[in-house]
Amino acid sequence: MKVRARDPKQVWQLWKEEFEAAPARDDGLETSTISGIPLQPLYTSSDLAEREEELPGQFPYTRGIHPSGYRGRLWTMRQFSGFATAEETNRRYKYLLANGQTGLSVAFDMPTLMGQDSDAPTSRGEIGHCGVAIDSLADMETLFEGIPLGNITTSMTINSPAAILLCMYIAVAEKQGVPAAQLGGTLQNDILKEFIAQKEFIFPPAPSMRLVVDSIEYCAREVPKWNTISISGYHIREAGSTAAQELAFTLADGMAYVDACIERGMRIDDFASRLSFFFDAHIDFFEEIAKFRAARRIWARWMRDRYGAQDERSWKLRFHTQTAGVSLTAQQPELNIARTAIEALAAVLGGTQSLHTNAMDEVLALPTDRAARLALRTQQLLAYETGVANTIDPLGGSYFIEALTDEMERQAEAYFKRIEELGGVIPAIEASFFQKEIADAAFRYQQELEQKRRVVVGVNDFTVGEEEHIEILRIDPKLESQQVARVREVRANRDQARCSNALVRLRKAAAGTDNLMPYILEAVRAYATEGEIMNTMVEVFGLYTERAVI
Amino acid sequence: MPANTAVRPVRIVLAKVGLDGHDRGVKVVARALRDAGYEVIYTGLRQTPEMVVDAALQEDAQVIGLSIHSGAHMTLFPAVVQELKRRKATDIVVFGGGIIPDDDIAALKQKGVAELFTPGTPLQGIVDWLRKRFPQGAA
Repeated sequence: MKVRARDPKQVWQLWKEEFEAAPARDDGLETSTISGIPLQPLYTSSDLAEREEELPGQFPYTRGIHPSGYRGRLWTMRQFSGFATAEETNRRYKYLLANGQTGLSVAFDMPTLMGQDSDAPTSRGEIGHCGVAIDSLADMETLFEGIPLGNITTSMTINSPAAILLCMYIAVAEKQGVPAAQLGGTLQNDILKEFIAQKEFIFPPAPSMRLVVDSIEYCAREVPKWNTISISGYHIREAGSTAAQELAFTLADGMAYVDACIERGMRIDDFASRLSFFFDAHIDFFEEIAKFRAARRIWARWMRDRYGAQDERSWKLRFHTQTAGVSLTAQQPELNIARTAIEALAAVLGGTQSLHTNAMDEVLALPTDRAARLALRTQQLLAYETGVANTIDPLGGSYFIEALTDEMERQAEAYFKRIEELGGVIPAIEASFFQKEIADAAFRYQQELEQKRRVVVGVNDFTVGEEEHIEILRIDPKLESQQVARVREVRANRDQARCSNALVRLRKAAAGTDNLMPYILEAVRAYATEGEIMNTMVEVFGLYTERAVI
Repeated sequence: MPANTAVRPVRIVLAKVGLDGHDRGVKVVARALRDAGYEVIYTGLRQTPEMVVDAALQEDAQVIGLSIHSGAHMTLFPAVVQELKRRKATDIVVFGGGIIPDDDIAALKQKGVAELFTPGTPLQGIVDWLRKRFPQGAA
């Protein structure tokens, strides 16, 4: 018999009894989030924390940094792309721009990411495979040939050699007649997450941080519209962290950069508004939305209350999102289209400023033209068909989302304390703290899959006997020798005296305390190769090796 | 490996070859193989084929497991097999894992890589393969 009770506690009690009496599924699956946060079957108004009304565009920006949300401007559709040679990638960029993409995002190959030239012995087999090969300004000129850098924003995913690639971009713009002050874009330049997760480090932490601060300081003066750093949780998450670890470690890295800039003597409001962030959008839909909302709230509080930033722009956490590469499966790859669409929706409901949607075939190789277009079309469908962009933070006020946002915040603050106890981010890296936390989380998740407490469709359940063969992008092995010949040609034909003088001056400056950006820019203009510039700095800074922990 | 058997446990050198730093997979596999009773030596990142073979010989390993995610597997995996031939250590079994397309798997097996495990492989699958390959533990 149903009773119409008025007392909310009594109503809740009634529901609770009925819930407990109802048969539960016995599939053995976890009911916690993919990160292991226990969930209640139901959230109600009693789960809402007491707080002042939060509104978009107002501190602490939980509901978004813009008062107009996506009514004012949609997110930027920015597909990460790059492969083979500069010519081939230039062609892909023009194809994507012609198909309605609104910003560029450069993927570099492994030798470029590791600061070595294509003719270095360990570049063998790696050239042009997971991005475009760039050895010198000559390649960069080709990469952006016919693309006016004054009218487009470009994101460059590069870290240890970030300063060099930014200088190459500035130098290409100079040749196009575009002043640096007009350039817009983002440099990933986030070395801390390399030590923590992606492991593309070259120099030890101290000189690495110096280069990051040099570029932030230089850009504040010379390239004021540039996002000098993209503080990245993506790689931390892909390495196996939980959502809360991604959130906490990324924001802790952000604070470490703020500390380093302040230590250099910069004023917080002179650089904080150019810091940007980059998060993963994983498959656990609500957890991800809560993570994005919590990130904005935490950052705003720390910037205003801990660091004393006065400028509102310094309080606003702006971020790019990429859907989760690790969630994609080689089995039944068409399923990846559905996964990516759901993850992209979480990013949009979380208020992302820009978005990359993975292509269905990215688990196998770099995307084909067709798969790349389909991924972009997924975003266009979200933006223009579904209506999700019409209302700002549409899940704000949901009992569940608000409670989960608070939980994310709580877990992140607990991590900040632990990191502080370890002496800060760099000592924590040297103690393998992050690395162990991430490896533990990755192993735990893998165990859950093995025990089938979590399902990945097509992998540990709902499998098919014979996998369908899909077409993948192949990198022509001939391009390796072409790229090697090209860098040798650049070295043979440049003004040798100018180039070696520039490198000598860079070496001297590296041994001192000057900002290195002008010296790197001069070396780039003189067609010094990336490897030569890096090696010059390695002579002074040395190489970092990590202790391998499992 | 059960404690009461007299055989030596199989020693496995796990290595990241190539320039990429994606070590999630290799670390998960390392823990799983250790838990399954194997002696696992993880070399860390950016190992050249020469370094991998050096490590395997020094550690008296019966197996080398290679991990890569950069797309350079067609160059680097066969280079490890070649290096083993050069050092006359072809009794060491090489297996690999990473993002490796089907067509490449067949080609790599022809070049002497014993087995390849791609994303989505259950850890137990790797353990089962090793048990079959070394039913008596190390020779």
